Amino acid sequence: MPESLSPVTAQMPRAKLAGLLLFFLGPAVVIYSLFSIYPLVATMALSTYTSDPSGARSFVGLANFQTLLGDALWSKPFWNALGNNLIFFTVHMCVQNPVGIALAGLLSLPRVRLKGFYRTVMFLPTMLSVVIVGFSWNLILSPLWGVASGALKAVGLGSLFAPWLGLESSALVTLSLISVWQFVGIPMMLIYAALLNIPEELIDAARVDGLGQLRIFFHIKLPLVLPTISLVSVLTFVANFNAFDLIYSVKGALAGPNFATDILGTFFYRTFFGNQLQLGNPTMGAAVATVMFFIILLGLCLYLFLVQRRIRRYAF
Amino acid sequence: MTTEQRARSISVHLVLIAYSLLAVGPILLVVMNSFKVRSAIFGSPLAPPDTSTFSLIGYEKVFRSSHILLYYSNSLIVTLVSMALVLLFGAMAAWALTEYRFRGSTVLALFLSIGIMVPIRLGSVAILNMMRSAGLNDTLTALVLVYVAQGLPMSIFILSEFIQQIPKDLRDAARCDGVPEIRIFFEVVAPLLRPAIATVAVFTIVPIWNDLWFPLILTSSDSTHTVTLGVQQFLGQYITDWNSVLAALSMAILPVVVIYVILSRQLIAGLTSGAVK
Repeated sequence: MPESLSPVTAQMPRAKLAGLLLFFLGPAVVIYSLFSIYPLVATMALSTYTSDPSGARSFVGLANFQTLLGDALWSKPFWNALGNNLIFFTVHMCVQNPVGIALAGLLSLPRVRLKGFYRTVMFLPTMLSVVIVGFSWNLILSPLWGVASGALKAVGLGSLFAPWLGLESSALVTLSLISVWQFVGIPMMLIYAALLNIPEELIDAARVDGLGQLRIFFHIKLPLVLPTISLVSVLTFVANFNAFDLIYSVKGALAGPNFATDILGTFFYRTFFGNQLQLGNPTMGAAVATVMFFIILLGLCLYLFLVQRRIRRYAF
Repeated sequence: MTTEQRARSISVHLVLIAYSLLAVGPILLVVMNSFKVRSAIFGSPLAPPDTSTFSLIGYEKVFRSSHILLYYSNSLIVTLVSMALVLLFGAMAAWALTEYRFRGSTVLALFLSIGIMVPIRLGSVAILNMMRSAGLNDTLTALVLVYVAQGLPMSIFILSEFIQQIPKDLRDAARCDGVPEIRIFFEVVAPLLRPAIATVAVFTIVPIWNDLWFPLILTSSDSTHTVTLGVQQFLGQYITDWNSVLAALSMAILPVVVIYVILSRQLIAGLTSGAVK
């Protein structure tokens, strides 16, 4: 952007410019490289080593990955965690995003009063720690306290209640829904902001043509916010395949019952740190982290090359 | 308004009210019951505390059997120091990247933006090794360093957008008066970035305050626990003591809610303006 340059900086002597760059960029680049990029690279490098009980490390190439994907002792929990993670992500995509879009659509309707109040209240859970949210829902859904079963009884659905978090068949979906409940505020806010950016003339033209609010939403507003929806999707993907806190705080590192709620984050933690069943293994942990990195990278590339390219960007 | 319009408006409000209740209901329930005696928690969970059921026993137990105040001060130190450094170093880097043209600036900007999408958590194995060999294991410094590295990419991105909006004449006028570049940044540009603080805060303070992963991995002794980790461990230990559990949860919830309600307007404005672009 040559036009953004002021003449003074363009005429600056090279040595002076270098000094300024060092001063302004130095701290950020050093801390970021040392504590963010270097650990990522070092973790990948470590994944090609193995350590014996004495702590000495030796290079083994891709053997850790062969073990992880081929040895049943490792591959079974790994595929289980990956599968569960996909379910976790699917629930978010199918519930969190549609609900977020619907709420944003309602908030952006003309002449709705108290918008600010609704927004503030509905975004509140997103601000809380996942640990607190997980534990609070753990209490609410607990048969011991009986709040959830009592609420269902009050509307005549008492027979539907089950200790969802404790059952192998429903624990994962329940946890996913708790996470959806917490993070629905993010798609809601981002899509709401995108909806507000749509020019008034477009909406007015449609209204003059006799379209109702529902058709305006589906035929005009929704296609225009598709870029934001795909951004939300990729944010959800990265967050989900990196999730840990919720499962750990509700179910512990063993992600019970019988690993039914184990996702990659908890699998990584157990591999790296160990637990009641096994000793921690930093090199295998590094291998799991590397696989997670490539999964996230795959998601990001899909987003950048497929979604982002195909969607036409509308200049607002 | 016609009757049809009114009916539609009422149904919109009904949906929004219902969802709002779903969003705050669980939080209210926990906070409300933390002020009640044990029998009332189980007997009538939905009733607010009254004179016969009000009790602070849970809070007393939390204060007695955990170092909750220490956890608060640890969280406060880590969050505030990290945020100050993220803002300072982030603004400086954003200034250099937007204001000066130099070879490799695009590559550097791309390099810095990797951290926006790739979670630093995946480097935990190496981070722990580094902190151990540097003797920083189990210190708040280790947490601050990691959080600054984590927060910088997003803050540089947001602050660059803000700096681009500052009129060029301002700094050029200062340059004509012969003011050195470093003083231009600190005395002319930096004060104008104040509105950006709220936006950066949403993306840095909240994730740092709420983080469980790095305290879990990098701190081992009670004296370096943050609120999130301290409360998590307390909950695991006292799981059958409902008064204490509800009180500990409320003590973790309330400060965040109070700050959120005070700052919600700026926080939401920051979220919607900063992330859409």
